[in-house]
Amino acid sequence: MSATAPSPVRPTLSELFRAFVIVSISGFGGALPWARRKIVEEKNWMTAEEFNEAFALSQFLPGPNVVNFSVVFGSRFGGAPGAAVALAGLMGPPLIIVTVLAMLYARFGDLEVLGRILAGITAAATGLLIAVVAKMASPLFRKRWDWAPLIAIAAFIGVAIMQWPLPLVFAVLAPVSVAFAWVKR
Amino acid sequence: MNENPLIALAGYFALLSLFAVGGANAAIPEMHRIAVDVMHWMSDRQFADSFAISQVSPGPNIIIVTLIGYHVAGLAGAAVATAAMCGPTCVLAFFVARTWDRFKEARWRIAIQAGLVPVSLGLIAASAFVLARSADHNIYAAGITAITAAVGFATRINPLWIFAVGGLLGLSGWL
Repeated sequence: MSATAPSPVRPTLSELFRAFVIVSISGFGGALPWARRKIVEEKNWMTAEEFNEAFALSQFLPGPNVVNFSVVFGSRFGGAPGAAVALAGLMGPPLIIVTVLAMLYARFGDLEVLGRILAGITAAATGLLIAVVAKMASPLFRKRWDWAPLIAIAAFIGVAIMQWPLPLVFAVLAPVSVAFAWVKR
Repeated sequence: MNENPLIALAGYFALLSLFAVGGANAAIPEMHRIAVDVMHWMSDRQFADSFAISQVSPGPNIIIVTLIGYHVAGLAGAAVATAAMCGPTCVLAFFVARTWDRFKEARWRIAIQAGLVPVSLGLIAASAFVLARSADHNIYAAGITAITAAVGFATRINPLWIFAVGGLLGLSGWL
């Protein structure tokens, strides 16, 4: 049993939907801060601990984290319908926006000027991704010799250098890594 | 390659969704491998462009699969790719969420959680590598990547500003 007190306010289905629409369209470059602000600070639907717990689960599950979070959160408050409306709220608006962008790209993607802008954005976004890697890596690599950096390096080499299929790399490394975590915790 | 593209999209992305620990950022190399190298759905540049568009769009970054799906098979492709990427993992999330709290202190759960972190880190690093190879064709682009990496690491600046600067530098014709 969880020791944390249940959060005082329960959202209705339409409130759930609207909250995730707002999280979704505000969530440039990661929806997490918006989800936390909306759910914990504004609406009081979850305590900070409950939020962290639910988000840890969403990160551990495969697939897009925020999408998982919408399902975990929605199902907690509304079962399957709750999960469905939270997911629909999260994915609906970006789906429409991106489909329009895809149509525009199909039409104008050959324009040199557009290509140049997108090339600049890709270069910048790649830099941000490297920053994410550095932030994730520093706690793992700071410890004295440990199994975790070796697993990370092996995953990198397998996918980036050897270009092996992801499911294959995962199927080999994930059990090894979990076994190390089990033994050396 | 006379396979129905919708079936291929559904199959690849549904499978991928179950292995992408770390989300969209971890899945980039496998998407690139399939869309560019294996299926020849798009060019390297089109893939990099799709990544850029997904980054400047609101919502989850996984929305890049919608762009790939649209490129391959129009509206139906966009719908199928998105559903395949979200469906399996959502079903899994739904069922795991109901039992997860019960095993909060279980040793196997802690081991799984700790064990997946380095795998996910390696996959995201691989994404950065694959994207850098697609994006950094010259020293200026590589410079933008290096500078944004430093800025992103040292500050908590809103990424939209960084994208705006990158886009403007691209527009200026340096890249």
